[in-house]
Amino acid sequence: MISTVPNLVLVGVNHKTTPVEIREKLAFNQVKLEASLEQLVSCPEIAENIILSTCNRVEIYARVDNTDKGIQLLKDFICDYHGITRGSLDEYFYSYTDNQAVEHLFRVSASLDSMILGEAQILGQVKDAYSTARASSSTGLVLNQLFEKAFNVAKKVREETGISERGVSISSAAVELAKKIFEDLENHSVMLVGTGEMAELAAKHLISYGVKTVYVASRTYERAVSLAQSLNGCALGFEAFKEELYRADIVITSTAAPNFIISKEMIEQAIHKRKNKPIFLIDIAVPRDIAPEVNDLENVYLYDIDDLQNVVNANMEERQKEAESAMEIIQQEVAKFNNWFSTLDAVPTIVEMRNRAEDMRKIEVDKTLKTLTHLSADDQKAVHQLTQSLVNKILHKPTINLKKKTQSQDGHVYLKAIRHLFHLDD
Amino acid sequence: MLVGSSVTLVEYVKTKCYDTFQTIYNSCILHLRSAMDKISFNLSLLSYLMASLAYFVYLAYRRPLVSTIAGWTVAFGLLCQTVTIGIRSSQTGHGPYTTSFEVALFLAWLMVVVYFLTEWKYKIKDLGAFVIPLVFIVLLFSAFLSKDAAVVPESEEVRFWLTMHRTLSIMGYAAFSIAFAAGIMYLIQEHQVKSKKLGIMYFRMPSLEVLDDLNFKVIMIGFPLFTLGFMTGSIWNTQMNLPFFSWDLTRTLPLVATWLIYSLVFFGRMMVGLRGKKAAQGAILGFVTVIGTYFLHIL
Repeated sequence: MISTVPNLVLVGVNHKTTPVEIREKLAFNQVKLEASLEQLVSCPEIAENIILSTCNRVEIYARVDNTDKGIQLLKDFICDYHGITRGSLDEYFYSYTDNQAVEHLFRVSASLDSMILGEAQILGQVKDAYSTARASSSTGLVLNQLFEKAFNVAKKVREETGISERGVSISSAAVELAKKIFEDLENHSVMLVGTGEMAELAAKHLISYGVKTVYVASRTYERAVSLAQSLNGCALGFEAFKEELYRADIVITSTAAPNFIISKEMIEQAIHKRKNKPIFLIDIAVPRDIAPEVNDLENVYLYDIDDLQNVVNANMEERQKEAESAMEIIQQEVAKFNNWFSTLDAVPTIVEMRNRAEDMRKIEVDKTLKTLTHLSADDQKAVHQLTQSLVNKILHKPTINLKKKTQSQDGHVYLKAIRHLFHLDD
Repeated sequence: MLVGSSVTLVEYVKTKCYDTFQTIYNSCILHLRSAMDKISFNLSLLSYLMASLAYFVYLAYRRPLVSTIAGWTVAFGLLCQTVTIGIRSSQTGHGPYTTSFEVALFLAWLMVVVYFLTEWKYKIKDLGAFVIPLVFIVLLFSAFLSKDAAVVPESEEVRFWLTMHRTLSIMGYAAFSIAFAAGIMYLIQEHQVKSKKLGIMYFRMPSLEVLDDLNFKVIMIGFPLFTLGFMTGSIWNTQMNLPFFSWDLTRTLPLVATWLIYSLVFFGRMMVGLRGKKAAQGAILGFVTVIGTYFLHIL
């Protein structure tokens, strides 16, 4: 029989402990995931399980009969499933139990354990893993509650800390800057000078944030035309762009030109024509395409590749700091979950219930025996035995049923009811 | 005769009692009133101080609850201040625009009203961290001014022009105070983006576009009000048998300077696209001149 304490274990590998050559061998095929879950839950020692398999981690969360045996079993399962001998892999596995397993899941869901701190993808992957497990009925009361809680914690961390607030890629930092200059990107235009891959990426990012008008200029007109077509914009001749510069709110340069192709005078003219409407210049070319003095002009903001990289680095550091306050939230939530977890344990409640009954029995029997002084010692003993077995008989079925019921979906309801009916909480 | 005199005695005592009661009641009301306006004034002062601190905390730590508390505290302050103004007006029999105390009181009140309108329209929570401390300073300053009521001109017409002049001007100043706050926020944000050192303010402050737009909108409302206030002031002058316009060094010239600064910002934007940093600087300089003018006026 499964014990009354829901033992939680976690076994896994991730990008920190394990190189990709090993991780890819251990990954679970998403299509066959349901079969894997069912195979695992059919083991008598495993009551519930969820398999989380992404490109950066493979983790199995399970509620088991015995934690030590459970951990070994899960490790064996992962290895056997992929047909690898365990000996070579043992050093890569990490395993956590109870509290630590809860904390680990909260950290993973809140993206504190991710390669890029605070990235949003992992939460979706955890949610998918959970719904797949639920669909194949390999989860129960404990894991359901645990994962639902993990999603809440992730949401709370996202809302209350700035962990995913700051862009940590060149193009997201550029989009953030554009939004801090123009607010709404929808009525703004972008001009690409040069058709570098990174410029294209940044432009696509801006377009995804609402930029509608796109101009593309390139030394080879055909390339300008083909890129313009793919971005739904219009192509410009390489000399023409200088005249049209004033039309663009955001200019991204990425040419292979050895010298500056945009001078201070050109921007001065453009800004004059624009009636001082701000212009955001992103120079991702090396060597640079835009003269750095351009940044001295009012309403002109020039960022080159190093500037953007510095922004990204600063943002990374900031996320690191935010991760600390995120950890505080997580620790509070782990404590809260533990409280709930402990209410699932039927043993203390049963002990208290029996103690309560025994106390009452003793008081009442002593009271009665005081008036029955004529009884011999043996008779008195017999009265005690009688009342004891009466109490045991009455409490026998409730004890057995309570142990059984705490394993079910609504086990905590029964525990609560017993505590309430027997007045165990005052 | 006896009966008659006793009736008169009773009547007499009755009237006497009633009179005494009336006197006590009146003096109670009077005391309560004078105490009420002090209590409400101090409460509003305290509210604006607390709200300023709360807005600073919100700026630094981003706790949504704190900003909600700050908002309600300002609203409570505004309510108390409205009571103060109401009592004051019922005592003096006219609106709060005759003495320098009343002007400061009214300006602080209107600044909060304009702040709420802006907040409602633009949803810039952090504007409070810049406007409400300013309101607090104006109100605190007014606490040190004489509370005596001024003698109001007898003539209806003169009173009309005085009311128009002061009310329109103060409304203009309230709008300018928001432009001032928006200007400071713009300069902070502009410095962050330009210097490429993106600190906490970069993330907290709204975009340059929003701040510039806010600056523009409030000056577009404030400048015509201020101009009308200026003109009605000149009319009021002629009513008082003073010249329509005088080159008075302490009174008129600073006003002219203020008007020139705001007209440059106002027409500059319309004609030559003056915007961004220069517009923000103009709004700041303009408001500093407004404050200077006020001090020159009360000296």
